[in-house]
Amino acid sequence: MNPKKKKGWKEIPMAGVCWVPSTSYLTGDWKTYRPVWDSEKCTRCVLCHLFCPDGAITWKAQTNEMIFNYDYCKGCGICEAECPVDAISMKLEGEP
Amino acid sequence: MSSEWKFTAKEIAERTDLFMSGHRACAGCAPATVHRLVLKAIRGPTIATNSTGCMEVTSTIYPFTAWKIPWIHTAFETAAANASGIETALKVLKRKDRIEHEHVDVIAFGGDGGTFDIGIQALSGAVERGHDFLYVLYDNEAYMNTGIQRSGGTPLGAWTTTSPAGRRIPGKPQLKKPIADIMVAHEMPYVATASPAFWTDLLRKVRRGLEVDGPAFLHVIAPCPRGWRSDPSKSIAISRLAVETCTFPLWEATDGEYSLSAPSKVMALRPERKKTVTEYLKMQGRFRHLFKPEFEHVIGRIQETVNKRWHKLLGKCNIS
Ligand SMILES: Cc1ncc(C[n+]2csc(CCOP(=O)(O)OP(=O)(O)O)c2C)c(N)n1
Ligand code: SF4
Ligand code: SF4
Ligand code: SF4
Ligand SMILES: [Mg+2]
Repeated sequence: MNPKKKKGWKEIPMAGVCWVPSTSYLTGDWKTYRPVWDSEKCTRCVLCHLFCPDGAITWKAQTNEMIFNYDYCKGCGICEAECPVDAISMKLEGEP
Repeated sequence: MSSEWKFTAKEIAERTDLFMSGHRACAGCAPATVHRLVLKAIRGPTIATNSTGCMEVTSTIYPFTAWKIPWIHTAFETAAANASGIETALKVLKRKDRIEHEHVDVIAFGGDGGTFDIGIQALSGAVERGHDFLYVLYDNEAYMNTGIQRSGGTPLGAWTTTSPAGRRIPGKPQLKKPIADIMVAHEMPYVATASPAFWTDLLRKVRRGLEVDGPAFLHVIAPCPRGWRSDPSKSIAISRLAVETCTFPLWEATDGEYSLSAPSKVMALRPERKKTVTEYLKMQGRFRHLFKPEFEHVIGRIQETVNKRWHKLLGKCNIS
């Protein structure tokens, strides 16, 4: 269903039910700083995944990688602050 | 005793996020982390409900929803009433053979305003009636969604818009209500406290709360950078310091029997590890005024209160 297309009152689900997954709403442009991951330093403890308020970091089992989803990351810096081995550093958006 | 459930960090990482990305909570919102972690601990079909507040509003901005499980919201004071209704409806449907699931768990989430204050009668009643559900209080210590008003969960000395810090008044003059002890006094099967920083402890307690027959109550400290005037990157660190300073000790009470949880046991066995409240307070702008000379005595009072409550807790846990 296209969330952009407004429904009339006859079409909206009963009881004001929200029907569009929030994942189709991108919050990535909220950030000022973005987390940059250092695969060499990372021990794959997955703490960054567990603590991220936005579920923007996932652990990919097949490749044993941490995947940062910048479409949702709000740049809070919790992952950088909590990483036990400093494998994440926050970089200003737009800077390399 | 918390759950026997065993898991590794990677097993938890492999579990799908049922509280999904794209919600509109502020950057660094620990209540959002708490919701994610709680849902990582469910054991099967689950229905959730929220009281009105930040996590309800930011997770369901029409037409979007961050909930990958069935979820309902009705009003501010009704999280526990909703849970009662859901649980009873499930029982009836089961009896009439109209649902296929062997069992469906029910979790109610409430903020501190929705729990300590306006929702307490619904909660107390639901527990007294013995409904089988888990109540998760995510405690960000004020009414955040409406702009940082003090609640019964706001601690002594904290600035809020309705407990302002001025020349005479040093923030909230009253103490935080001991809500988890009040729940223990209901003689309910399971009550526990948790912090997202100690996530394994949190997950096991959620699972335990679901496993017990009857009502369970989990009180989770959940720093709010917006209202606590704290650095968003420090939300988890602050939730850790809350435990390390014994401001928010971790314990559980099974059928009224208190026991300290591992992260707090450390502080009981080796008191030199216990940090001073100053370390906790200075990370939060809402306590900034307390560092002025005229209000420094309030820090002393906060430390005294923490010590008093901590020793009372040690007594209940039979640790002297
Ligand atoms: C009966 C009623 N009174 C007041 C409100 C306005 N209101 C909505 S959310 C909220 C504060 C919620 O505070 P809390 O439960 O601590 O959750 P938080 O927003 O801090 O997560 C208030 C006062 C309401 N929705 N319903
Ligand atoms: S900066 Fe914050 S939102 Fe972004 S990935 Fe790290 S923890 Fe998640
Ligand atoms: S917290 Fe650090 S070490 Fe652990 S998985 Fe994340 S990046 Fe790697
Ligand atoms: S105000 Fe606080 S609790 Fe509410 S969404 Fe923002 S950080 Fe989270
Ligand atoms: Mg609150």
